[in-house]
Amino acid sequence: MTRRLGVALIAVAVAGALMAPLLAPHPDDVRFAGLLNAPPTFPHIVADDGSWHAPFIYPWRLVSRLEQRYEQDRGRRVALVWLQSAAGPKGPALQDAAETRRLVRSSDEASAPLLLLGADSFGRDVFSRLLYGARISLSLAAAAALGATLVGGLVGALAGFAGGATDDVLMRATDFFMVLPAMYVALALRAVLPLVLSARQIFLLLAAIFAVVGAPFIARGVRAIVRSERALEYAIAAEALGASAPRLLVRHLLPAARGFVAVQVMLLVPAFIVAEATLSYVGLGFPDPVASWGTMLHDASTNIRVFADFPWLLSPAAAMFLVVFGLNLLLQGGDRSPKGSRSSGARSAKASRSFTLG
Amino acid sequence: MTRYVARRLAFAGLLVVCVSSASFLLARLAPGDFFTESIAAGGNPEALARARARFGLDKSIAAHYRDWLASAVRFDFGDSMLYDRPVRGLIAERAANTAVLAVTALALATAIGLPLGVFAGSRRGGLLPGAIRAASLLLLSMPPLLTSLLLVFIAARTGWFPIAGMRSASAAPSGVTLDLIRHLVVPSLAIGLPLAAMLERLQAQAMSDVIGEPFVLAALARGVPRRRVVWRDALKAALRPIAGVYGLIVGTVLSGSFAVEVITAWPGLGALMLQALRARDVYLVAGCAAAGALFLAVGTLASDLALALVDPRASEGAAAAEAA
Repeated sequence: MTRRLGVALIAVAVAGALMAPLLAPHPDDVRFAGLLNAPPTFPHIVADDGSWHAPFIYPWRLVSRLEQRYEQDRGRRVALVWLQSAAGPKGPALQDAAETRRLVRSSDEASAPLLLLGADSFGRDVFSRLLYGARISLSLAAAAALGATLVGGLVGALAGFAGGATDDVLMRATDFFMVLPAMYVALALRAVLPLVLSARQIFLLLAAIFAVVGAPFIARGVRAIVRSERALEYAIAAEALGASAPRLLVRHLLPAARGFVAVQVMLLVPAFIVAEATLSYVGLGFPDPVASWGTMLHDASTNIRVFADFPWLLSPAAAMFLVVFGLNLLLQGGDRSPKGSRSSGARSAKASRSFTLG
Repeated sequence: MTRYVARRLAFAGLLVVCVSSASFLLARLAPGDFFTESIAAGGNPEALARARARFGLDKSIAAHYRDWLASAVRFDFGDSMLYDRPVRGLIAERAANTAVLAVTALALATAIGLPLGVFAGSRRGGLLPGAIRAASLLLLSMPPLLTSLLLVFIAARTGWFPIAGMRSASAAPSGVTLDLIRHLVVPSLAIGLPLAAMLERLQAQAMSDVIGEPFVLAALARGVPRRRVVWRDALKAALRPIAGVYGLIVGTVLSGSFAVEVITAWPGLGALMLQALRARDVYLVAGCAAAGALFLAVGTLASDLALALVDPRASEGAAAAEAA
């Protein structure tokens, strides 16, 4: 049950990210100048006079420009159009609109756009940015986790296989790294590199930094597993039969670490998502027009009053929570080890690890 | 035991030296320096060169590092370029603020998490333990970044608590402590709640492991009241895994306090570190790192010693493992 819910949450997030161009009504950088911080437009099917219609929205009418207060124009129904390809620029706000098929949009994009989660302080559609942001936040975390697995696996395998001085040096180094608060290590590494970079460079840079920060957690476990597996009969037999060291390692020893690595990756991914958000929040992440969950929170918080009055700006935080929660449920559900001191040790390591990056 | 303490002390010293040196070198190696960003555009080259010389930025990195290390061992960490005052005083101020926040958060987490964990772990089923467990699972998925945003949001909507800073300028002299406490609520809960959830889960796990032990059964069979067995005997046995975790928690609190300090504008070490790094204020970066490492070292040391006191095997085991 918990496991299924976890899978469902992750699936929704990943599907949303993959299908962002279809699901999002707008590109992530389109600004509706007249709708700064506009509230969500909920689709209706029953009009005020009780008549039924195909889904439609009521457009927002600006009441106070100073307070950015809006009220619904109940006299005007704007129909929604389905699966229509966005037909190029319609108004000045839509200059950059990409030509793509959108699942649902408003029939009057220029003056009454569909804003399922409202607009941000630049007048951009939060729902669309959330989907496009999921692409960056999730793919960054996945890439970093892959990197951490590769680096950590390599270091761990080397240390466990070579033993002796190599093992000593490598493991002392990982121990040292693991004591440090990971968030500060990531912060320091990011901050000493050039501050202004393109989105692509930032993506690669952050992935590399997170991979380095996360690698020790993988390396330690892989090393322990490789060491203990190597002493088992099957490994000795393989070696006696003339298997080369790389073959022994890759074919026989490393597969034993699969379960451990899977658990670690599920711990690292949420930590990386949060780390990206934290760095972007403090202005060391992605540059402005790019949507990631962190940059959206950054935009929302330029002034604390802003998200107190416009709560939909916090939706990236909600999305982040749901993904992290989903991964945690997956871990809980997957943990079928019998009760005992060993499993509680593993669990305590897990629980304490789960937000050292946050 | 003495050898064990000495070993841990040596590690703590090494930690502080390595971390501060690494950050000094990193900040020095970073592209640009403090003066390229700030007044460079308008300043005349001579004044710029003088300012650079004053802070040692004209020296080679090796020489600069050597000089810094020589004065750092005398507890002189240089002057901050950003604040134009000695780093030592500045850090002491901010570190105290972070310590107040961290200690409050830790105390809150312990006060909430441990009793709930004992309660939830000593029952096999039931509505309340289930609810506690569910609440913990939810909170465990909320890192301090999210809890602080949520709490700031709630505080801003309701106006119950201040959302930013550490003191309000308007507070009466007599109400300074009360004012500080009111400002502490949001940031310390933001760090403390996820920690409380973690402690609750760990304590519940340890507790349910211990409840199955023969000595608990024996005590119950002999007619010792259940409440007494749970809260005195079983709790004592279940504290060991928790004590071990406190060492790791120090790092977690420091990491978590970074996001929280930035979001709630708490004038602590994390926010200062961010400022220093962005401004390439070399001395301040190294000073912050040294202070952070000291926190970490003291925290791990305290938890190691506590663990050794609760369970003598820990120090012997560690010593034996290191000797082997």
